[in-house]
Amino acid sequence: MAKTWDEINARIASGEAVVMTAEEFGSLAADEGLKAAARKVDVVTTGTFGPMCSSGVVLNFGHSDPPIRMGQITLNDVDAYGGLAAVDTYLGVTQPSRTKGIEYGGAHVIEDLLRGRAVRLRAWSAGTDCYPRTEIDTWVTIDDLNQAYFFNPRNAYQNYAVAVNTSDRTIHTYLGTLLPHLGNATFCSAGALSPLLNDPTYRTIGVGSRIFVAGAPGYVAWEGTQHNPNQSRDEHGVPVGPAGTLAVIGDLKQASPEFFSAATFTGYGASAFMGIGVPIPVLDEDIAETLALTDADLTATIVDYGVARRSRPSLGHVTYAQLRSGEIEIDGKRVQTGPISSLSKARRIASELKTWITEQGFTLTQPLQLLPQPGSQSTKPLEIRAEEAN
Amino acid sequence: MPRKRFDLTFPPNRATKPITYHLVKDYDLTPNILRAQIQPGQEGRMLLEITGPRESFDAGVAFLEAEGITVQPAATDIKLHEDACVLCGLCTAVCRPAALMMDAETGALLFDKEKCVYCEACVVACPRRAVTLSF
Ligand code: SF4
Ligand code: SF4
Repeated sequence: MAKTWDEINARIASGEAVVMTAEEFGSLAADEGLKAAARKVDVVTTGTFGPMCSSGVVLNFGHSDPPIRMGQITLNDVDAYGGLAAVDTYLGVTQPSRTKGIEYGGAHVIEDLLRGRAVRLRAWSAGTDCYPRTEIDTWVTIDDLNQAYFFNPRNAYQNYAVAVNTSDRTIHTYLGTLLPHLGNATFCSAGALSPLLNDPTYRTIGVGSRIFVAGAPGYVAWEGTQHNPNQSRDEHGVPVGPAGTLAVIGDLKQASPEFFSAATFTGYGASAFMGIGVPIPVLDEDIAETLALTDADLTATIVDYGVARRSRPSLGHVTYAQLRSGEIEIDGKRVQTGPISSLSKARRIASELKTWITEQGFTLTQPLQLLPQPGSQSTKPLEIRAEEAN
Repeated sequence: MPRKRFDLTFPPNRATKPITYHLVKDYDLTPNILRAQIQPGQEGRMLLEITGPRESFDAGVAFLEAEGITVQPAATDIKLHEDACVLCGLCTAVCRPAALMMDAETGALLFDKEKCVYCEACVVACPRRAVTLSF
């Protein structure tokens, strides 16, 4: 029954493609069997909407008269990178404001731009013969910018840890507030809807895949930072802890504030909820098998964030269905759970992507290059050395 | 019988008397500790609900203030700003009385105001600052 990319794209172009979200596909496979579901459906859409700290935007401001080579740059008092060409910058979502700290970070500037608000741009320079201006203080909106696009080094983590805290004090982390003595547990994956959990061995998602980035069409640019295909995997080949990641590009000018939201994690920092969606072609029964997995089949590892070390102890495994129930059991203790990644937004993204494919002729692109495959590499730690290695 | 909520701040390094005991015994008030964060050497906070005869309230508060405790009326209203909320669910992880819950099927945020004890945990935890307390 194998289908090719070209066959699927031809069906999309003629408006005949059958497209379902990963949740709908799971139900269909349960009702009609995997074989029938694989035959019937051409594309499965996925989606995730969670905090993704390794995100940011590339901006080009255009030249003032006389021009300036911007060395130090702030946008609404948030520092942006000044180490590129004269009027290019990169603004990361976690950068705190000089005046408001983490309550207003790079992510908040990006959300303001997305909402059409004017943002105060200030820049300083030593001045050069070709760029004599030494200071500029002005206002810009997204429409004033020549280019504004996301370039996110690490998004859409394939699975993530369930965070708990066995210490005797409340801790504030990038996974939320963790209450002492296993007072609660937080988790941050879209489970059955998560892009890379549906294609666990990166067969169809690779460099050049056309995807949904915060409401705009974008691409997978590269493997994400810390891409670790060597995570332990279950019997379906699905990682049981944080594994693959994607670096993505997407047009900020076409993005929507519905799918990008600035965030502040108290006691930790600024970040942003990014909405990412990836369409996956139902090429054969092998990929259909992982597309059909539900929250009850997918597992995450419970990790003790009360231990502030690189290797934090693991306290066992739970399924996403258990996590979603609002309560899990750890060592006989009932622990209240809370998600960090929005299920309802993930569903919105998967169904929006479905509309793009069925109504707007959004075709799929076969990867130009595969992501590093299982067995090829794992993440290296940073060792603290006393002197330069030769 | 009137019932009021107070937000108490304890200065650090201050040995405190068993205040609830005195409120009961000396002032005929019924205190109920809704939340407390008290650690030796650090500023402490307590959310205390007091029920009792109207006449005793002022005397009870004066007693607490004489102990060096700052007494402020606690928040009595909580608002969820739906336009800012992204339905992440993080607030539900810190809400002990389960006033905030996620619907496992629909992913909707369920808010049962009746169960809220105004502890502020969700206000601090919400990454969108979508929950606010007021008086
Ligand atoms: S933590 Fe804030 S944004 Fe998230 S569901 Fe609760 S109120 Fe909404
Ligand atoms: S203040 Fe927030 S966390 Fe505390 S009980 Fe009320 S809803 Fe729950």
